[in-house]
Amino acid sequence: MDVLQLVISGLANGCVYGLIALGFVMIYKATEAVNFAQGDFMMFGAFITIWLTNTDFVGLPFWLSVILAILIMGVFGYLMERIIIRRMFGQSQIAVVILTIAIGFILRFLAGAIWGHDPLSLESPFAGKEVRFGGLVLGADEVAIILVTLLLTGSLFVFFAKTKLGLAMQAASQNQLAAYYMGIPVKRVHGLIWGLSGMVSAIAGILFAAKGAIDPSAGLLGIKAFAAAVIGGFGSLPGVLIGGLIIGLTEPFASRYIAAGYSQIAPYTILLLVLVFRPAGLFAQMQKKKV
Amino acid sequence: MRFVFKTSYEADIRLFKHKPQMAWYMLLLAVVVALPFLLDEFFIGEATNVLIWAIAGMGLMLLTGHTGQASLGHAAFMAAGCYFNVILLERGVPFIISLPLAGLIAGLIGVIITLPVLRLHGVYLAIATLAISILTEDFIVIAEPWTGGVTGLVAPPMIIFGLEIDRYGTPGLFYYVVLFVVLAVLMVYRNLLRTPTGRAFTAVRDSEISAQAMGINITKTKAMSFGFSATIAGLSGALLGHFAGAFNHETFNVILSIQLLLMIVVGGLGSIHGAFFGAMVVALLPQFIAISRDWVTDLTGFNATTIPGIEAGIFGLIVLLFILFEPNGIYGLWFKIRTYFEMFPFYRKNMFKRQKTYLKTERLR
Repeated sequence: MDVLQLVISGLANGCVYGLIALGFVMIYKATEAVNFAQGDFMMFGAFITIWLTNTDFVGLPFWLSVILAILIMGVFGYLMERIIIRRMFGQSQIAVVILTIAIGFILRFLAGAIWGHDPLSLESPFAGKEVRFGGLVLGADEVAIILVTLLLTGSLFVFFAKTKLGLAMQAASQNQLAAYYMGIPVKRVHGLIWGLSGMVSAIAGILFAAKGAIDPSAGLLGIKAFAAAVIGGFGSLPGVLIGGLIIGLTEPFASRYIAAGYSQIAPYTILLLVLVFRPAGLFAQMQKKKV
Repeated sequence: MRFVFKTSYEADIRLFKHKPQMAWYMLLLAVVVALPFLLDEFFIGEATNVLIWAIAGMGLMLLTGHTGQASLGHAAFMAAGCYFNVILLERGVPFIISLPLAGLIAGLIGVIITLPVLRLHGVYLAIATLAISILTEDFIVIAEPWTGGVTGLVAPPMIIFGLEIDRYGTPGLFYYVVLFVVLAVLMVYRNLLRTPTGRAFTAVRDSEISAQAMGINITKTKAMSFGFSATIAGLSGALLGHFAGAFNHETFNVILSIQLLLMIVVGGLGSIHGAFFGAMVVALLPQFIAISRDWVTDLTGFNATTIPGIEAGIFGLIVLLFILFEPNGIYGLWFKIRTYFEMFPFYRKNMFKRQKTYLKTERLR
């Protein structure tokens, strides 16, 4: 029973990592850029939801503010691409990485200046409730997180694999010039994917804030999401979710069975090991290099 | 505009391109040497801080600016240099030996740690080095018997030829020690770039495939670049330890690593000048903010209180603006201004215009 509890809380954590990672893997799939500010997007989405929901602030009904926050973050992501990232079109990957790190710094500062540096938590209808499932008693927030994540990953997978827009996004990533020749509006596709990624990060933020408290430095969680993405192979959506779950499951077990100082290094050790021995991740997309 | 006619091979690899250039740098050196006599104690400390950041910046510049390998983990090598320096000092090793030795150990660690991740490119390398930086922070806590864990260590004063030097007692001498290291690193760096090894670094940066075709051993070149880079970072870490007095694992956290990379981008990737320009921005920004806040208070009577984290926010904004509008950083800006005056009145607006490029995936090459 004890182990099961660890598994469930690990899964719920892993889902949040997976969702953050999902956000930047989507951007990577479609634009070949890596958004190092994804963790900060998540943090910002969470704070917007808290600001809309909590009775100390605006105090809207929960579901209304969730929808509003997702929309706001979608527009935010789209505008981010439109105003800033688009100027970097065609520039090297590392330039975009540095740009997004800078954006992350600014977002963290803004969140701290607006909402303060004290941890806040979301007043969600799941908080403190329980779900009975057979003989099991589970936290409603954890069940919600797992369900939402599975649903979201599934639908995004279908979106990328089956729909016209999803395929256009993948094509735009593989070769921008060739995608232009095939009649794909590459820049508009980029704007849309950043918007979509903003929405996903808002959902991740809402789930994270519903489960525990959040403060402006929570964006650094993005680093753990990198581990998830790398394990999953950086280009595969289900792979990323599994990567997130692996990291999420490792943490509670490591802190349970390994000495205190050593447990928090477990996710990063896994990340390094995967990078060293299987640089393409467990679900490789990398193919043989042609010169 | 000055045209240098090269009549021999020596002329091509000379340290200074022409006499006036040398004269300018000598003037700069004279100003830098005279600085402790011109400034008060507080600003000598700030100047020392700039120089320490500049050493760290040069370390990362060699790797990122000249070899093209972005590292988000240089705080790890700074930490290695800092801790080994103090550990050696505590064991009774004199400072003149412990400082270079700490640098060398950091360099060795740099090579050993990065050998397995050298196969990685671009973003993957950045993520791997980021992980190394985080692991180092945790490792310092774990290795408590040597590193003092969370409480950290206190750097003893440096003793050079019986002269006791510390930051508060003798700020001028401390400044000269740091300046000496800066000049030494600068000489090594400048000379390195003119050797076959240095040329190989730039070749790897510009195109790995063509470098390989020219007979360059890519892995060896990258490892050497990491080694040199980590050595320089280690030296700066050791000096930072003396400058800060006391330090622990949080002195060398991930944010420092990230800040270093952003710093050399602001300064200008691919030029040694960039390391110094970037160091000035990073080290003087907090003072600049404080002074401008007082100025605003005086001017308007409105008491502008500090917003926590404003330094990081403004720094992020500076980086953002530079990447968008001047990707070559402060050095690029200075280069343009200089060219404008050198070519007056023939400067054209689109002289440095970037070519339109399209990105291809790195996954399916």
